[in-house]
Amino acid sequence: MAFGVSLKVWGEYACFTRPEMKVERVSYDVMTPSAARGIIEAIYWKPAIRWVVDAITILNPIRFENIRRNELANKLPLSTVTKAMKDGVSPVEKFIETDRQQRASLVLRDVRYIIEAHFEFTGPDDNNDGKHLDIFNRRLAKGQCFHRPCLGCREFAAHFGPADCPDPVFPNGGPESMRPLPGVPDDKDLGWMLLDLDYDNDMEARFFPAKIDHGVVRPWKMEEAKA
Amino acid sequence: MSAIDKRYDFVFLFDVLNGNPNGDPDAGNLPRIDPETNRGLVTDVCLKRKIRNYVELAKDNAAPYEIYVKEKAILANQQKRAHETLPDDLKDAARTEQAKAWMCRNFFDVRTFGAVMSLKDVSCGQVRGPVQLTFARSEDPIAPMDISITRMAVATQAEADKQHGDNRTMGRKAIVPYGLYRCHGFVSAPLAERTGFGSEDLALLWESLRNMFEHDHSAARGEMASRGLYVFEHENKMGNAPAHTLFNLVDVQRNGDETAPPRSFEDYAVTVDEASVPKGVTLHSMI
Repeated sequence: MAFGVSLKVWGEYACFTRPEMKVERVSYDVMTPSAARGIIEAIYWKPAIRWVVDAITILNPIRFENIRRNELANKLPLSTVTKAMKDGVSPVEKFIETDRQQRASLVLRDVRYIIEAHFEFTGPDDNNDGKHLDIFNRRLAKGQCFHRPCLGCREFAAHFGPADCPDPVFPNGGPESMRPLPGVPDDKDLGWMLLDLDYDNDMEARFFPAKIDHGVVRPWKMEEAKA
Repeated sequence: MSAIDKRYDFVFLFDVLNGNPNGDPDAGNLPRIDPETNRGLVTDVCLKRKIRNYVELAKDNAAPYEIYVKEKAILANQQKRAHETLPDDLKDAARTEQAKAWMCRNFFDVRTFGAVMSLKDVSCGQVRGPVQLTFARSEDPIAPMDISITRMAVATQAEADKQHGDNRTMGRKAIVPYGLYRCHGFVSAPLAERTGFGSEDLALLWESLRNMFEHDHSAARGEMASRGLYVFEHENKMGNAPAHTLFNLVDVQRNGDETAPPRSFEDYAVTVDEASVPKGVTLHSMI
């Protein structure tokens, strides 16, 4: 844990979709480790390092809301694109009216988390731990990001800052803003939860038995997780 | 066109008068509402649709401003377009990359919002666009009304027979008497580099936010108008300040009698704390 970082993220909506319920999306109760990794990578990442999420502290009570939207049913086939590239006249288009699905999403409301993570090196190059750590913490303090991080889906933007930064719930920041609000489950079994995708093995999903323990979810290590 | 090299965060204000800005399919097309606060909602995809429609109108669906997710309202007029032929000996992955690049070059909505294209054997055939919109939400709780209307005609002979020639049907229309909505958006420079989203595209995005309601009139919408577009331009590609602190500088307060329900834009006062804009960030009021 030599290179640990911690950050606070919050937003009005979040949807950490359960893989078994992707058509009518249903969010997990809490942020998945892979979503937390994505947020950190949106702020700072280089191929030389790999971020590992150690703990996710839940600060706001878990609440759900249902939203139904018109969505596009199908994707654009590659053949359509290549055909148009070849002949220059074939249409490349999708008509939303003929290809529409109305899908509901069960999303989380008003979430706030503290993510603790560290990084490991992926190879022998660029192994200056102080450098990566400083760049990350500088960006975190300034609110800089590579792209705007999101809470599961891009329409649910995430705000972020150092763990003790002022936030909308506790404008003065400080230690109370790092304490869970009343109503946060202290101990809860969340069942099997997505840990992350194993990009070394054909993007296989890995799962772990998640528990909220004193308001904190501690993910397993990738090598312990089950495919 | 070279890609933009600055980060942008923006606050977009728009209002609706006696119309339905975005119906909820789960609630019989009533205006969307946040059940906990009774504030109105307009989804991100609703606003993106209007941006696409505006660009399609303004640019006549010609490269490099084609739109690929279309509404039927505008008949696509296929034109000869500049293209390049693919060498046949390309491997799948390279072919995918070429197709992706070609889509980004020709299609404004792919370059701006990204797109997912399904691909054989290659997963991850997707483009992540630089522009990200969030749900818009009304400043105050809205009170949607269901208005009953009559039609002096019926659709079928059967209905006419049933009514012995009275021939009238009732319908319903859901409206928001007034609502001022606020949407937050982000433009990422590093992602713009990947899709080739340039300064002209950015200007077109602002233009479409300004004008999209002007070309989206319908019986359901009532009167909708863009009321404010406050763009925070960062000097740095990664940004110079946290977005939430910038958004807090745009403050919308009630004018006059705060107990009366708001019924026009004049019932609101938008103040922008320009003095507190941090160093390295420039504020542009686009509306």
